[in-house]
Amino acid sequence: MELQALAFYVFAAITVVSAAMVVGSRNPVYSVLYLILAFFNAAALFLLLGAEFIAMILVIVYVGAVAVLFLFVVMMLDINLTELKQGFLRYLPVGATIGVVLLLEILFALGVLGASKGTVAELAAKGVPVSSVENTRALGRVLYTQYFYLFQAAGLVLLVAMIGAIVLTLRQRPGVRRQNVGDQLYRRRDKAVTVVKVPTRGGVR
Amino acid sequence: MLADLLHFFTTHWLGQVLVILAQCLAVTVPLLVSVAYMTYVDRKVWASIQLRRGPNVVGPFGLLQPFADGLKLVLKETIVPSSANKVLFVLAPMITFITALVAWAVVPFDDGWVIADINVGILYLFAISSLGVYGIIIAGWASNSKYAFLGALRSAAQMVSYEVSIGFVLVCVLLCTGSLNLSKVVASQAGGFWHWYWLPLLPMFVIFFVSALAETNRTPFDLPMSEAELVAGFHTEYSSMTFGLFFLGEYANMILLSAMGAVLFLGGWHAPFDVAPFTWVPGVVWFALKIAFLLFIFSWTKGTLPRYRYDQLMRLGWKVFLPVSLFWVVVTAAMLQFGGWVPKG
Repeated sequence: MELQALAFYVFAAITVVSAAMVVGSRNPVYSVLYLILAFFNAAALFLLLGAEFIAMILVIVYVGAVAVLFLFVVMMLDINLTELKQGFLRYLPVGATIGVVLLLEILFALGVLGASKGTVAELAAKGVPVSSVENTRALGRVLYTQYFYLFQAAGLVLLVAMIGAIVLTLRQRPGVRRQNVGDQLYRRRDKAVTVVKVPTRGGVR
Repeated sequence: MLADLLHFFTTHWLGQVLVILAQCLAVTVPLLVSVAYMTYVDRKVWASIQLRRGPNVVGPFGLLQPFADGLKLVLKETIVPSSANKVLFVLAPMITFITALVAWAVVPFDDGWVIADINVGILYLFAISSLGVYGIIIAGWASNSKYAFLGALRSAAQMVSYEVSIGFVLVCVLLCTGSLNLSKVVASQAGGFWHWYWLPLLPMFVIFFVSALAETNRTPFDLPMSEAELVAGFHTEYSSMTFGLFFLGEYANMILLSAMGAVLFLGGWHAPFDVAPFTWVPGVVWFALKIAFLLFIFSWTKGTLPRYRYDQLMRLGWKVFLPVSLFWVVVTAAMLQFGGWVPKG
């Protein structure tokens, strides 16, 4: 038991420190790398809770895909550090407001701020106990029955976001030569090559 | 005395730690030896394809060649470019190599022969194999060289693209199994090679293998290190053992993906026929033979196929494999539901 507590404090401490370093480090590439470290330790915290499915999905989705694309973009940016510093104080109030709102929401959901209906603790008490069934199965059971419409709605939101991103970046440039794979595959030898008998000192006509 | 020892190794924390360490060594040491010999086998296979003899000078049949190469790499000087980011530059090959090794914790070698028999084994393998890309991206960025950077960008795009279709392949397998536990995946394929998933999921097996080639940056998808355009891609600036770790990591990843293929599609430790002379052979031997078979196809492909063009690579990933694998997930689910083959559990 002490070992688990020790593991919790180690992972939690690394999560908090690396989250702070995401904001604090001077190089944006380091920020993304610290973000990855924070994701990893959050996944470890989920594992300590016995939520192995969420832990693995966190690593697959955020570390394996999202953070790779972040890193991809950030590496190609040529960022001027002094310009970034000038904006810091101007954006601080906005960032702080968002942070406070998120914190309040979490506290409401946990039921710390007095609300008693629909808190996380109340919902957890209703559900299947974690230890009795594999949590992949348990999640599947509630996701596709009780929360089916919410689940589908979340999917629709993602679809709309995807279409939005595609529309934003879609542009038709005239005069761009494209690869036509069909043409390339149907090209046969007699269309591309002609064998010429070259007479000595005559050259090819 | 014996009872005391047993008690120590099963209940005392120090004993348990020692047992886990011993298990890790029992997996890692044979794995490293196979990585070393995979480099040898690879070169022998290409040599045969090109009608050459391959390494044949060091030791009988050139069998000591991997160790000679390793020794040579260790003895060379490590050169860190002056404008490179030193910490990340050294960290990158380690990440590549370590991620290739830690995934083996969940691979079942035989019935019950697995270090960590976790419920989400497939997801763990998928998560770890998607981390391999970091070693390459970080190497490309930290080298501060244009060839390395271009190689890293290509690699990142390629690996992220092909992971998507590998994900759908895994979904098909787990629909058929009804479990994410790798031991259960293998157990559900019991009884002869026609029960293994390569037959009912043949298109998925092909997609898995081609995506595995792309994930490990092997020919015909070796654009991240294509020597004709990018010198050596992301490891252009690496020398000595830092290069060696990339090289070993690539081979360890190949063996890992072959093991994944063997577990998911070729029945893991099961014998191809469920009758007497075949079942006498230990399961771990069958597993090794299946991995060796897939690795041979890896080498064979490298000796045979030319490199893809980059737009062809992206087209294959996003416009062919993604729709086909998504469609096949739907077909598999429908077949299981309406054919009455839904796994119980």
